[in-house]
Amino acid sequence: MKYLDEFRDGAIARALADEIRQIVTKPWVVMEVCGGQTHSILRNGVDQLLPEGVELVHGPGCPVCVTPLEVIDRALAIAQKPGVIFCSFGDMLRVPGSSTDLFRVKAEGADVRIVYSPLDALTLARRDRDRQVVFFGIGFETTAPANAMAVKLASDEGLDNFSMLVSHVLVPPAIEAICRSKGNRVQGFLAAGHVCTVMGTRQYPAIAERYGVPIVVTGFEPIDLLEGIRRALVQLERGEARVENAYARVVSEEGNPAARAVLDEVFEVTDQSWRGIGRIPQSGWRLAPSYRGFDAAERFDVGAIRTVESPECRSGEVLQGLITPPECAAFGTVCTPRTPLGATMVSSEGACAAYFLNGRRKRGTNGVAAHA
Amino acid sequence: MCLAVPGRIEQISEAQGTRMGRVNFGGIVKEVCLAFVPEAQVGDYTIVHVGFALSTIDEAEARQTLETFRALGVLEEELSGDVEGGE
Ligand code: SF4
Repeated sequence: MKYLDEFRDGAIARALADEIRQIVTKPWVVMEVCGGQTHSILRNGVDQLLPEGVELVHGPGCPVCVTPLEVIDRALAIAQKPGVIFCSFGDMLRVPGSSTDLFRVKAEGADVRIVYSPLDALTLARRDRDRQVVFFGIGFETTAPANAMAVKLASDEGLDNFSMLVSHVLVPPAIEAICRSKGNRVQGFLAAGHVCTVMGTRQYPAIAERYGVPIVVTGFEPIDLLEGIRRALVQLERGEARVENAYARVVSEEGNPAARAVLDEVFEVTDQSWRGIGRIPQSGWRLAPSYRGFDAAERFDVGAIRTVESPECRSGEVLQGLITPPECAAFGTVCTPRTPLGATMVSSEGACAAYFLNGRRKRGTNGVAAHA
Repeated sequence: MCLAVPGRIEQISEAQGTRMGRVNFGGIVKEVCLAFVPEAQVGDYTIVHVGFALSTIDEAEARQTLETFRALGVLEEELSGDVEGGE
């Protein structure tokens, strides 16, 4: 498919960057909400094409990073129960809990498996009816339909040895929380394209209007990102605050009705804690009453959980765009991807890891000029 | 885990009462659940995330977007002769 490569075209990228330079008359702060976008921006140097004064800050859109410590500790406790096969997406394994991580409990003998899809966990449950298969169901609106479908299939098939530890987070309430937070600097948002693939663009006009922020639904290729930034800046310069869809080849206003129907059936909206950020009202999903029987947190009694956060880690501020990773004293010294203190350094979508892996020691530099 | 990648649907089937299909991601073929894209046909491009197709890609829309970018103007000299480069 040729056009996919064309969305990485360097000539188009430069033309968009020129266009952006012509538009901008004052400094602006734009947040890309999604961690996948953060990585694409830093990997492709999109931020370095922007004129001085246009600042990109990174949002809370990394599901691994925002999963509460309490839930990770619970996962660790369940994974260590005899007879349990604990299944998780790979990037959860090295996320630090209070005292250990899934990788270590696996090395110590717990049956922890990395799966690509929740359907893989279902397959394990079908194959081994004498074992309890638990799936770690985390993620944003992009992942939730798959996890909801797995629970629905398990229920339809009567798979009573399957359950899910659910910790889902929702993007729009997080955007609102950022807009409302003290010290917020974000003036416009790039909304995560794949979240909108499921949910549509319908949730955003009310937010754009209420907080006076442009919201541009944006894809992940370098020129998608530049176009999203360009559209946000055009609005900011004109004093507008609308929702625009710069990813129309994939995202519609409606989203995906089939996926939303399964979400509505299996999940219900609930208040949710975000690691490093705290509780955000109505910002998560849990299993609806008729599917509660598949809730691993209820099926396995793991006793009281007492969490201990690393006192040095400032990932909460990173996730809200209040600081960039190099402003954390631990960054690149005691905290690296091999010895991470916080989930934002562990996850393949975390902002701290993105800065570290792309050699950014300072905002807007390429590592090289850090001391200049 | 959050990255969703586009692939081409090569085959559609039914398994455990669910619409499934084989999707080719530039050479790597995976079994994918197609329950959320009831309209998808063999040959369509789809965005797949954790084993589930979430939407089909509108190629016409993609080309339209690229045309708009090209219309920014600056491009002719850089892309001359290559705009309709073909597959
Ligand atoms: S660099 Fe490490 S310690 Fe600092 S905020 Fe990021 S993850 Fe936390």
